[in-house]
Amino acid sequence: MSNPALGAAGGAAGTAAAGHAVAHHPDLQHHFDTLEQQKDSSSLGMWMFLVTEVLFFGGLFATYVLYRLRFPGVFAEASHHLNVPMGAINTGVLICSSLTMALAIYAAQVNRKKAIVGWLLATIVLGATFLVVKAFEYKEKFTHHLVPGPNFDPSQFTPDHARPAEMFFSLYFVMTGIHALHMVIGIGLLAWLVVQSNKGRFDSTYYNPLEMTGLYWHFVDIVWIFLFPLLYLLGYHAR
Amino acid sequence: MSSEHKPSLKPYILVFAALMVLTAATVVVAKFDLGAANDIVAMVIAVTKATLVVLFFMHVKYSTRLTQLTVIGSVLWLVFLIGVTMMDYTTRRMSDEVRGAPYEAPGLGLGGQMGDAAVAVAPGPATAAARHE
Repeated sequence: MSNPALGAAGGAAGTAAAGHAVAHHPDLQHHFDTLEQQKDSSSLGMWMFLVTEVLFFGGLFATYVLYRLRFPGVFAEASHHLNVPMGAINTGVLICSSLTMALAIYAAQVNRKKAIVGWLLATIVLGATFLVVKAFEYKEKFTHHLVPGPNFDPSQFTPDHARPAEMFFSLYFVMTGIHALHMVIGIGLLAWLVVQSNKGRFDSTYYNPLEMTGLYWHFVDIVWIFLFPLLYLLGYHAR
Repeated sequence: MSSEHKPSLKPYILVFAALMVLTAATVVVAKFDLGAANDIVAMVIAVTKATLVVLFFMHVKYSTRLTQLTVIGSVLWLVFLIGVTMMDYTTRRMSDEVRGAPYEAPGLGLGGQMGDAAVAVAPGPATAAARHE
């Protein structure tokens, strides 16, 4: 805006590759005035993406509410087949991973570059732990014939409850499956951040990729915060 | 502007502790039969946890007004999405009564297949025609 140096740089960039003649932070893109403006723009953009994610998962939650209102007893009965301790442990694991993610960003803010890598690795380990526990849960569902489809065993349910129970497990697998897919993508992003942080690319002046991946990671945590009580704790008192 | 606040560890640790306590609370409370209140308590705890994550871990407390507005907007649209859908599905019986027509399947497309005896099979063209007389 009122920065003459930037104005000059913009003009020079128009004619030749001399745009970099003016000294500025290597990660400041030319269409931004300051690093702070750039960070605010990134945050807004990331949140816009997260709004679409909220509505994407929102459609699944709406489906869940709809079927549950229709078959409240069946959903409670089907929920009894989910493993509450495993779900609870995984909730704790995800909250820990959100903390380590926040600490990675904190490390960048206080210029502790080695700590960034350490906290990112901790986040990856916790994320992977979640997926391993989830894999054990899925395996349990397969061996108990609770996966919707030809191998679904209706005899485990009260007569007339089997079909809507199958619907419960369809929702369970779609919702937790898409959540797990988000986790896998998140771990991929974290791995890339580990490489970048290891090169010393992030410090208190610039850590946008850390912040944006953090927003994504915490969002995925929030989805699980809702999935856990809605899927696992339904009718828990009646077990 | 946005990131003027000094980074501090304390809020992270406090929020983390609160999230862990609330997770334990939601499991313990679910052990008791509170009737319809079970769902309300579970959702109040989940919304509280989500709010803590959004405000502190996602730094929305310190974000620009525009970002904060976007976050509020996402919640609003989610409420519309679920709320308006439920308005439709939960009042179909009522609108049928106003019309004077018999109660029909709420249109989940399940017919009698899902073993729900309360649901009548969707009327064929003949019944629909008869109703209009």
